[in-house]
Amino acid sequence: MDLSPFQSRELVERAAALLRRISPKEELRFMHVCGTHENTVARFGIRSLLPSQIKVVAGPGCPVCVTCPSEIDPAIEIARKHATVFTYGDMFGVPGSSMSLREARAEGAKVKVVYSVSDAIKMVNPVAGPSTFFSIGFETTAPLTASVIWSGLPKDFTFIVSHRLIPPALVALLDSGRIEIDGVICPGHVSTIVGTHPYEVLVKEFGIPVVISGFEPLDLVLSIIELVKQHKAGARVFNEYSRCVKPEGNTRARQLMDEVFEVCDMDWRGIGSLPSSGLRLREEFSDLDALKEFRVRTRRDSNMPRGCKCSQVLLGSLPPAECPLFASRCTPDSPVGPCMVSSEGTCRIWFLHGGRGS
Amino acid sequence: MCLAIPGRLEEIQDRNGIVDFGGVRRTVDLSLLEKCKVGDYVIVHAGFAIQILDEKDALETLDLLRQLEATMD
Repeated sequence: MDLSPFQSRELVERAAALLRRISPKEELRFMHVCGTHENTVARFGIRSLLPSQIKVVAGPGCPVCVTCPSEIDPAIEIARKHATVFTYGDMFGVPGSSMSLREARAEGAKVKVVYSVSDAIKMVNPVAGPSTFFSIGFETTAPLTASVIWSGLPKDFTFIVSHRLIPPALVALLDSGRIEIDGVICPGHVSTIVGTHPYEVLVKEFGIPVVISGFEPLDLVLSIIELVKQHKAGARVFNEYSRCVKPEGNTRARQLMDEVFEVCDMDWRGIGSLPSSGLRLREEFSDLDALKEFRVRTRRDSNMPRGCKCSQVLLGSLPPAECPLFASRCTPDSPVGPCMVSSEGTCRIWFLHGGRGS
Repeated sequence: MCLAIPGRLEEIQDRNGIVDFGGVRRTVDLSLLEKCKVGDYVIVHAGFAIQILDEKDALETLDLLRQLEATMD
């Protein structure tokens, strides 16, 4: 299958020319909620192709950036005292209230980075004691953990479950007026799991144009064109990434998630509690809960590091370059806030691609 | 974090498959797919195939630009 036309410079420039022809005079502000979208926007210079009145901002689409110290600190405690903690590479360097898992490992804590939860299971060494998987991510990632739980685990294997849900978070943020936008670019791989229906509420309740977008440069420009069209013709949910997203999503993945997890209110770092925006283990799987197993106490803490403006960056209200720490005290080699740590963090992406997001 | 990349399914072995990512072959968990066959292009996230790519839909999306340009002329 040849997907190279989605990266074709000629097609992207033709689409951008068309966008300039149809754009209205007033300013339109579109938000995406996916670090992979921000990567495409910054890396391919999409913002530089847009008419000046079209703004594309990044929302809270980096899962490790919104994972709270109250989740990271217990993972560090478990790695120090109780078990080998496995997690995804993105999570490794994110600071908790005093340090990151990376820094804890440098001091002797047992932390291992894996590409997949299945790799963590393969790497379990029973002689080395219990193992815990720090399971973070949105709807794209939660079914993977549900799948391994459903199919059976090695002995003494537990989880810290820190999964968050995108559609309820968008609803909560729009409902509270904390984000003011003229359209949403929805994440293609979250949508691969959840389908198109969970976004209908954004159109019905808020009249917001919605497009589900793929990750190539042409996908993004076509998606922005669609939002401009909806601004004139009326809001709807349009699926630009139909090659991967089906209206019903991935039903098997959703069933597995429902079997293993239940929806709960969730703190988002720098943002606070958002109703029904998280997942926790169902009661029948509570023996897999590492916090209960090792009797680790948690203290509610969703604060950003002191002086850090990541909370404004996450809501699209501050471009990273306007943070006083950006590229001075806060760099990928020496990050202050989580958005400079992860490859999905807006600050890190801007830093690596010229500092202006385009 | 939600990064997922497409590859061609080369072999199926029970719940796993071998997927070719432009020359790099890796074992991928297929348990989240209802059905799949050798030759399918699957989209893979953190070691799991989460969907089969639909070529017809890809071509239809590419055709959107031509349709949009036609309506502008």
